[in-house]
Amino acid sequence: MILQLDKMTVRQGDFSLSADWSVKRGTRLALIGPSGGGKSTLLSLIAGFFEPDEGRLLIEGRDMRGVAPGRRPVSLLFQENNLFPHLSVARNVGLGIRPDLRLTREQHEAVERSLQEVGLEGMGARMPAQLSGGQRQRVALARALLRDKPLLLLDEPFAALGPALRAEMLDLVAGLLERTGATLLMVTHDPRDAERIADQTALVSDGKVTPPMPTARLLADPPAALRAYLG
Amino acid sequence: MAERAEQVITPALVAGLGAAALVAALSLGTVAVVAGAAVSPMRLGAGDWAALKFTLSQALVSAALSCALAVPVARALARRSFAGRGLLVTLLGAPFILPVIVAVLGLLAVYGRGGLVSAVLVHFGYAPLSIYGFRGVVLAHVFFNLPLATRLLLQGWQRVPAEHFRLAAQLGMTTRDINRVIERPILRAVLPGAFATIFLLCVTSFAVALTLGGGPRATTIELAIYQAFRFDFDMGRAAALALMQFAIGALAAVLAWRMAQTRAQDPQLAPEVHRWDCAGFPSRVADSLGLLLVALFLLLPLAMVLIDGLRGIALLDGRVWLALGRSVLVALASAVLTLLLALALGLAAVSRRQGAIAGGFESIGFLSIAASPMVIGTGLFIILYPLVDPASMALPVTALVNAAMSLPFALRATLPALRQAEATHGRLADSLGLGGGMRFRLLHWPFIRPAAGFATGLAAALSMGDLGVVALFADPDAATLPLYLYRLMGSYQMTAASGAALLLVAASLALFAVFDRWGRAAR
Repeated sequence: MILQLDKMTVRQGDFSLSADWSVKRGTRLALIGPSGGGKSTLLSLIAGFFEPDEGRLLIEGRDMRGVAPGRRPVSLLFQENNLFPHLSVARNVGLGIRPDLRLTREQHEAVERSLQEVGLEGMGARMPAQLSGGQRQRVALARALLRDKPLLLLDEPFAALGPALRAEMLDLVAGLLERTGATLLMVTHDPRDAERIADQTALVSDGKVTPPMPTARLLADPPAALRAYLG
Repeated sequence: MAERAEQVITPALVAGLGAAALVAALSLGTVAVVAGAAVSPMRLGAGDWAALKFTLSQALVSAALSCALAVPVARALARRSFAGRGLLVTLLGAPFILPVIVAVLGLLAVYGRGGLVSAVLVHFGYAPLSIYGFRGVVLAHVFFNLPLATRLLLQGWQRVPAEHFRLAAQLGMTTRDINRVIERPILRAVLPGAFATIFLLCVTSFAVALTLGGGPRATTIELAIYQAFRFDFDMGRAAALALMQFAIGALAAVLAWRMAQTRAQDPQLAPEVHRWDCAGFPSRVADSLGLLLVALFLLLPLAMVLIDGLRGIALLDGRVWLALGRSVLVALASAVLTLLLALALGLAAVSRRQGAIAGGFESIGFLSIAASPMVIGTGLFIILYPLVDPASMALPVTALVNAAMSLPFALRATLPALRQAEATHGRLADSLGLGGGMRFRLLHWPFIRPAAGFATGLAAALSMGDLGVVALFADPDAATLPLYLYRLMGSYQMTAASGAALLLVAASLALFAVFDRWGRAAR
């Protein structure tokens, strides 16, 4: 099990979210549900930006309580602002190797290779403002690739892209996962995204994350809460 | 649409042109008058050149110190969350509406010869402090501008998206990495503008130099103008000095304008950012100590005014109430005038049909930031002197000049709201054929009412506490409260002065609160 949520609950004011399930290594899990339901909160918990109030959160069998975000085996892509605007593409990616950016020649080459893998060959010297929205998220993916953490969390980084580009990005992610063997947790509000990339899907609504189910089965026969959301 | 497009001369345009003409006459017209009356610079004495040097050096040192000290304070505020953080941020905004003379009184009570610090020093056998002169002027300027610099920097921190701090945490960045990757760019973006703005404020400040400066080694140009007037009655020299002051002010304003790209906004609105990198004991101690020192630096003088003031109120006689009444009248007139000018210029500036000249209205509204009250006052004095007794015009002139001085702040507060109203609902209003008064009532006013209330309150408080042009014109029997307070200080009645100071602060805050409330009142 790469990720275990053991009777875990978090509370923020009136809002609470609980989950009690686990995920096998190599799974691609989509988290679907209405906005404000807690999808992003769940990713923030796993990434270590908050701690659960009750229960345990384990990654690779290790209890994550008190483990700082930087020490968790996790990469998270936000919806936006994944890049520092005043650093070049290559430096933004290089932060994934060493935050002080003192890179060796081999490390510079590794940066260039990972840019190649996301289709941004030779763009290392550009600044984020010179890139399109899709290209910026590719840079963030390149950094995640370089960090090579076993758990990749996507908090709707492709939501602002058009349908064709979004599908292209998801296919790119799928290809990268195939090669690295990392596990994916991806927030989405579109069932087509889940169908495209995720073998498992969990529903986040009414303060609960239901245990993951095979995506095809869940969408073929949605429970009442999911039906209400899908319309 | 078509109908409105044909109508080129609208009431809004006329009002805008009128306001622009008034502001231009006050800030540029007076300079022209001054230039006509000025003696040649050759006739300026060594003392006048010393004043130029002192003006520049105290402003440079004050701006540098304010900015340098603001960096650790803003960083500590940005990365720590603690009970009272909101209160401290609010406290940082307080010096803006605090009358300068009150702050000076408080600073004297703490750092002056007879103040708290000197009492401790004397007790241990050291000589007491003296803050008259360069040190006092810089101290008072830092007192006013360290909070301003801190707020500007804090806004810079809060413009950083929360994701960046989370990303930093995820990448395992240390405090040093965060400093290099996130914080240094903030400083590079904010500090030059903050420095230039504070330099400008220190170059044009008058009351601080009047109360803490003086003498051959600590006279600013503003003070030299005042002295040329009041003591030597040498209008030619005063005018030459005023020209010099205008040149420096304009230069500093251009610098500040080009470097400051920060928008006025309330730093309390943004949420605190959780930081994972600075949980260590030394950095926590350093931050706490820094915040504590700043809180003490700001609160101690205010507390002293309160304590001494409560004793001093009993010593006040009927004259203080008359002075208070005059000040309130001046402040109200000035506040209303500020609002009218800001609305007239603002509406003309957002009116899309005026195109190129719309930007002109905006620039004119900011002109007076380069002008100084002494320069405007000198010009008005020269104009009025042959016609009437200038002393009889002291209060109207004070209200007028204060309105011009508050106008940049009022525009800064209301213009973004006006722009937003036009941007979000302007087309809707066009399609409904809303023009003229209805457009203002239904489209603009609801959007700008909170900002207008805030700006009017600010103008009232600034005018209430102003000790500038009134000092040039006033007649001893018709003083405003700040001037009366200055005279009490001049005759060493410090306890009575503290009583008057307390009254002055209370009145300034009350005026500000009334207008601000009115702006926020539910529609």
